Amino acid sequence: MEFNTNFILGCSAIGAGLAVIAGIGPGVGQGIAAGHAAAAVGRNPGAKSDITSTMLLGQAVAETTGLYGLLIAMLLLFVKPLMP
Amino acid sequence: MGQGILLSQGADVDFMIHGVFSYHLFGQELWITTTHICLLIVLLVIVGFCIAANRVMRHASEVPDGFQNVVELIVEKLDGMVEGVMGRNAAAFANYIGTIFIFILLSNISGLFGLRPPTADYGVTFPLGVMTFAIIHFNKFKHQKVSGVIKGLCEPWVFWAPINIIGDLAVPVSLSLRLFANVLSGTVMMALVYALLSRIAIIWPAALHVYFDLFSGAIQTYVFCMLTMTYVNDAIEG
Repeated sequence: MEFNTNFILGCSAIGAGLAVIAGIGPGVGQGIAAGHAAAAVGRNPGAKSDITSTMLLGQAVAETTGLYGLLIAMLLLFVKPLMP
Repeated sequence: MGQGILLSQGADVDFMIHGVFSYHLFGQELWITTTHICLLIVLLVIVGFCIAANRVMRHASEVPDGFQNVVELIVEKLDGMVEGVMGRNAAAFANYIGTIFIFILLSNISGLFGLRPPTADYGVTFPLGVMTFAIIHFNKFKHQKVSGVIKGLCEPWVFWAPINIIGDLAVPVSLSLRLFANVLSGTVMMALVYALLSRIAIIWPAALHVYFDLFSGAIQTYVFCMLTMTYVNDAIEG
């Protein structure tokens, strides 16, 4: 079977689209973190600044897996490792 | 078949690193890229600020005013941040953490001034991760001795050692990829907005700049320094 370059480019685009589905996980995780932070501020409004900074730190770390998906997508689209 | 073929043909989507001129060294073709130039601009800004700060602090007055206030505020905040995480180990690392904090912060927000952020190049963030890795392991061997390091590797069980080694090696990679991918995603988003919506991109992209350049850049700077401090503190405390 012979594949031409356009076919590989199309498959790379589909793969890139599938790779950014990884964004679901961090979205859910960050939402849970923000929800719990909101509950914590409701319970203890005095500690708002501490809670906010802890939440942002945790969210930024949780974001990493989604960014890995983004990186895979970028590699597929722009570096094109599958091209012969 | 340009780079932008999959994004939109015709529209000028451009967020890549470009070579400015090439030179030959030891038979290799090397390039001076836009990253080097943006890095140079950021470094010149930092050096200029440092010279100005040095000149002010040489004639420092008891009651600070104007620029002296700003310099003291920056140093105080950075020292306070390091102190808050590292406690009694803070004194040895406040300078290093402060340096990389200012450097990464200025690199991240340089997108506001029309530069391509230097941290959106893996060649800039990976050395930062490697520096963190070196500091972690130098302090590990210094404070826990070789026996402590070996004991730490075989933590739950002897056969866990390979997994622990992989976990150690993953630290610089994940640190640098996190910073790189965050800044890169901001750069890509801004390039897409300016290229594809160029007709209606008039004032509202400023709000996106605030999020992608200022907010995201500051958060990632904080996260990088925070994780570096936590890892180094863990290495020292054992």
